[in-house]
Amino acid sequence: MEPQTLFDKIWDAHVVKSVEEGPDVLYIDRHYIHEVTSPQAFGGLRQRGAVVFRPERTTATADHNIPTTDQHLPIRDEVSRAQVETLAMNCQAAGIEHFGIGHPSNGIVHVTGPEMGYTLPGMTIVCGDSHTSTHGAFGTIAFGIGTSEVEMVLATQCIMQTKPARMRITINGSLNKGVTSKDLILYIISSISTGGATGYFVEFAGEAVRQLSMEARMTMCNMSIEMGARGGLIAPDEVTYNYLSEIPAFSESPMAQSLADKWHSLQTDAGAVFDKELHFDASDVPPMITYGTNPGMGMAIDGTIPDAAITDNTSSYNKSLDYMGFRPGMSLLGHPVDYVFLGSCTNGRIEDLRAFAAMVEGRKKAPDVTVLIVPGSQKVAREAEREGLADILRRAGFEMRQPGCSSCLAMNDDKIPPGKYAVSTSNRNFEGRQGPGARTILAGPLTAAAAAVTGRITDPRELMRICDF
Amino acid sequence: MKREKFTILESTCVPLPQSNIDTDQIIPARFLSATSREGFGENLFRDWRFDKEGNRIEGFVLNRPEYKGSILVTGSNFGCGSSREHAVWAIHDHGFRAVVSDSFADIFRNNALNNGLLPVQVTSAELGDLTEQIIRSPETRVKIDLDQQIITIEETGFTASFGINAFKKQCLLQGLDNIDYLLGMKEEIMAFEKNRSL
Ligand code: SF4
Repeated sequence: MEPQTLFDKIWDAHVVKSVEEGPDVLYIDRHYIHEVTSPQAFGGLRQRGAVVFRPERTTATADHNIPTTDQHLPIRDEVSRAQVETLAMNCQAAGIEHFGIGHPSNGIVHVTGPEMGYTLPGMTIVCGDSHTSTHGAFGTIAFGIGTSEVEMVLATQCIMQTKPARMRITINGSLNKGVTSKDLILYIISSISTGGATGYFVEFAGEAVRQLSMEARMTMCNMSIEMGARGGLIAPDEVTYNYLSEIPAFSESPMAQSLADKWHSLQTDAGAVFDKELHFDASDVPPMITYGTNPGMGMAIDGTIPDAAITDNTSSYNKSLDYMGFRPGMSLLGHPVDYVFLGSCTNGRIEDLRAFAAMVEGRKKAPDVTVLIVPGSQKVAREAEREGLADILRRAGFEMRQPGCSSCLAMNDDKIPPGKYAVSTSNRNFEGRQGPGARTILAGPLTAAAAAVTGRITDPRELMRICDF
Repeated sequence: MKREKFTILESTCVPLPQSNIDTDQIIPARFLSATSREGFGENLFRDWRFDKEGNRIEGFVLNRPEYKGSILVTGSNFGCGSSREHAVWAIHDHGFRAVVSDSFADIFRNNALNNGLLPVQVTSAELGDLTEQIIRSPETRVKIDLDQQIITIEETGFTASFGINAFKKQCLLQGLDNIDYLLGMKEEIMAFEKNRSL
């Protein structure tokens, strides 16, 4: 047999039918839904008199517009409340498992799926959310879809997709101290631009990727969409199986053994051909920040804003810098910061809270900064309490909020005011993403922590040197 | 469900030559709370069209009376970012039926095709010519012929061809909907479930 890529193996095994000169009809193993992109899909189903075909393959969570304080009270915003209630009603009527606000399994859809053991190697996974690519960290084909496609999956457990081209990004070497997988992915996106992987499904490979924890891998795959990729995936290995075997729901299921057997075949064969190959060296990667209004506009934290970007035409580039209040040639070190946001499906997991807490331990929150620490899920929140991270944070003057997407897209009250600067561990620095006029600087959890205690953009390696990490 | 058929579209155009226009600009997240598909056009490009007080920003192209029509001509990597189909609904609801660019984000392209909004991808040079022509002469009429897969301007002789998946093209031309197609495949899907290997 011809050597195959992991992507091809999984894709081909899920093709129900290849439409002549058309897309493939792809079977979907797991479907996640949330309150914002599903109501019109259920509405569409009702209009055509169709029912949910395989309710057991769909799992719902409320995350995008829920408040992150007082979750036990009714949601104040009427429209958001209606959306959250509509999700609950739709799920109940269709027999779909639903983790509503306040439920012990509630959280951001891309945080809860993996932690519950629902995301497993070899699967096809979709969700009406572009960061579904997160689940690729487990060796799955996972990607975001629109609401019409959510309706397709509800109705038939299938969608129609043209097979994307294959790209492999190999990262050799090891990451330096003070550098996280968030920095690595921001580095890659800034090198290839936000459209650099459009039309491709990307496999991340190489020594540096193998060394990453599952959570760090999720952060990378999460942001593969920010370089335009349909999704990103990483072949499963010991790290994957060790992570899964700690989840009782998985390790006690019959799936566990059969997957362990299958795992060795879930690899790209030697000699398999990719449509495009890129190589990076992890030791070149510094802590990164963004200076503009797309995730490709990133630079080393101690660098200077370039004169022009690789992706944008000049007017777009200048508009972007104007929006941020920056100029070419500027260094951002020491630039005052008004807000810090730790959270989102990119960096709202327990390891991110650990990294943040380790950095702020023994320090104090800077007085002029508002800091939002939003765990990605109820489970992360419980774990943070159990490990004593929450105490460390409280002692340093921080407060933990309740889980949700929060300031990542600011559909709830967690908005950054116009003109204010926010160092955010989320994934998008688009104009107005965190509130109208908000200025977002994307970074990893260590850089966010450094900003939270200094009130300025600070190289996390500086603080690490002082406290001799 | 039957959809509007797309065959030939002839219209003036609205030029918006910015690259990397993301779906948060097309429709900001705070307008996504509705549970129906209607009415999103009102908030299309909301923060570019209106200031904080809700006043129209006169310079923005959608507020300029000389530029109107059902074809939006944009910059590279249009529709990147979130998967929100609301972006397509907003563009469609505002009255656009086609978007022309030299590249589209993947999810946006699918969403557009699923809603009868035609993504027309031309080369960068063609996009440049087209944009320049429209900005200079807003009254320029552009014709998009889906069956022939060409976009033309009669007066200037401008012609560019564009690609589209043959199946999707038929769906648009005949106003067919993919969900109906899939619903018709239930037997095959169930057979697949029984025999699957992975
Ligand atoms: S945390 Fe942000 S990126 Fe992730 S699912 Fe929520 S809104 Fe989307």
